[in-house]
Amino acid sequence: MLLIFEQFLNGLQIGLLLFLLAAGLTLVFGIMDMVNLAHGSLYMMGAYFAAVFTEWTGSFFLGAALALPAGALLGIAVEMIALRTLYTRDHLDQVLATFGLILFFNELARLMFGAGGMTIQTPDWLQGQILILPGLPYPSYRFLIILVGLLCAAFLYVLVQRTRLGMLIRAGASNREMVGALGINIKQLFTLVFGLGSALAALAGLMAGPVTTVQIGMGDNILILALVVIVIGGIGSLPGAFIAALAIGIIDTMGRAFLPNILGSFLSPSEASTLATALSSMLIYILMAAVLVLRPAGLFPAPGR
Amino acid sequence: MRSAFKTFALLSTALMAVPFMAGDAAAQAAKKIKIGFVTTLSGPNAAYGRDMQNAFNLALDHLGKKMGGVPVEVIYEDDEQKPEVGKQKTEKLLQRDKVDFVAGYIWSNVLLASYKPVLDADTFLISTNAGPSQLAGEGCSPYFFAASWQNDQNHMAVGELLNQKGIKKLYMVAPNYAAGVDGTNGVKSLFKGQVIGQDMTKWPDQLDFSGEISKIRAAKPEAVYVFFPGRAGVQFFQQYSQAGLKKDIPVYSAFTIDAVTLKLQKDLVLDTYLTSTWGTDLPYAANTKFVTDYKKKYNETPAFYGAQSYDAANLIASAVAATKGNLKDKKAVGAALKAAKFDSVRGPFKFGNNNFPIQNVYQQEAYKVSDTEYDLRTVSTVLTAHTDPHAAKCKM
Repeated sequence: MLLIFEQFLNGLQIGLLLFLLAAGLTLVFGIMDMVNLAHGSLYMMGAYFAAVFTEWTGSFFLGAALALPAGALLGIAVEMIALRTLYTRDHLDQVLATFGLILFFNELARLMFGAGGMTIQTPDWLQGQILILPGLPYPSYRFLIILVGLLCAAFLYVLVQRTRLGMLIRAGASNREMVGALGINIKQLFTLVFGLGSALAALAGLMAGPVTTVQIGMGDNILILALVVIVIGGIGSLPGAFIAALAIGIIDTMGRAFLPNILGSFLSPSEASTLATALSSMLIYILMAAVLVLRPAGLFPAPGR
Repeated sequence: MRSAFKTFALLSTALMAVPFMAGDAAAQAAKKIKIGFVTTLSGPNAAYGRDMQNAFNLALDHLGKKMGGVPVEVIYEDDEQKPEVGKQKTEKLLQRDKVDFVAGYIWSNVLLASYKPVLDADTFLISTNAGPSQLAGEGCSPYFFAASWQNDQNHMAVGELLNQKGIKKLYMVAPNYAAGVDGTNGVKSLFKGQVIGQDMTKWPDQLDFSGEISKIRAAKPEAVYVFFPGRAGVQFFQQYSQAGLKKDIPVYSAFTIDAVTLKLQKDLVLDTYLTSTWGTDLPYAANTKFVTDYKKKYNETPAFYGAQSYDAANLIASAVAATKGNLKDKKAVGAALKAAKFDSVRGPFKFGNNNFPIQNVYQQEAYKVSDTEYDLRTVSTVLTAHTDPHAAKCKM
């Protein structure tokens, strides 16, 4: 029972990390209609920034506080230099251009930070465990990820649903010409949204860094998962991304944790572990296929799209 | 309204498309020995490819860039840690560059995808890392040599080491690919206790082992065996320590801690148990020369990946010298390779009937040299002049 609860927390933690990445992608992709494959690169650069700043300042939190604006600024620079001209172009052009950016950033990271990867030092008290329930110590850093993810989700909800900026973002998503006609500088708005999306990517990167080490190409694999999240959740829908990210995190973890035992009850142990690995990594794609068959626009399609 | 599926299909196709950046190796004049070397030079595990490349180049320096008096040219190719790319690059080396030898390969799955065209072309393939069981037993070939080990060997030493330490209940975690399967089977073949749990993780994409670590905690084993080469090994130890298990359940590993990962693992891997066929401190003249000159030239400590590549270069050189550069006589070249008349950095080294090494496997441990520097040292010999268990099935 404790194990199930612990695995649930693990799933929640992976899901929330995924949400941080998918939220930024949803803002940019769903709302600005811009396919940005380089979102994973912003995630990677965020992690590298955090590693470098943490080393400079000697404090994880100062490092994180510096890495977030750095990530946002990098995103804004990328938007202004490379992506701005692509909004009106075909999705295929955007895919091509941002794929080029992935290669560019991977090479840039190699030149700037070396091929070996970096670690982010967290304070000692984050290296320990918190006793959540009797007999269930949980890594305190993973607990922090859950906390940050939930806070971030709440912040985004308030921002998008309750503020003027959020209203403009939603309006810009439905009909950008109309927002422009109302006298809003849509260009500036999009740059701002892109910066926000990049900051979220950087946050995801810096939170993931201490668990997974900072490496070149770390954003490439997780980006595919983030894309699965927004497809399942519904393109452009933040609540959809939230629920889909949690669902994927939990299903993935639970599958990995319990499928071998379930299959092991009627298969030989080695067959069971091999089959379970294959099955559990397929689970989320099976889920995606099922969602697409039943609800082609995703579980919670954004209104107006 | 664009359907979500169409968008996803477009995106995932774009993402999975492999960037084609094949290096143009110009066709060269004859009277030259050409060696094609396939390894991982991009992506998160590029550091290992570089370690191999550095060591291979160092060996050529020591040989005066000649083998048996004939100049040598090496063409390095990047497999990006992907089997399909490795195969493609291998075929390019054979067909376009017409190499005399193919060497390299870190990953068993990449080697298994690539070896067939080489052997079918009657070209010698010298693996400098991967040693899959598929090529050691019934699938052995007179054209395939492993300058490294058979995958099971180091893991069998882990099994034996567990016996020596009196471990009765073991939990195993390894990646779900050829080398992971060989590894877990290797441990089990000698381990006398009970395996109370085993997880095979998705390779190479899985970065987060929280699920597996929670299961380890719940299973309460006396020891954990892990096999996660490259960056995955850094992540495992990091997360294992964060879960608070490091002090309670000791970790035994093979190929998971090396000179490259140690720079990131640091304290995380102190007081853990590992096995290896090579160490910087093995007291052989060839080894001392290799380690000293490697450090001098590259300002880094070599890893076992490099040591095996260094051996591979000397192995090829010994065969070329023995046949006086007449590479047309395949039988003679094969016999000379098998004789392995070179000074291995591992000291005692010879090939078994299946062209995999018969060699010692040592226990090693990580230790702190100074506040910032870590190294590995050899503790004891676990298996002596060890032959892999698949050799008996090889009819050659």
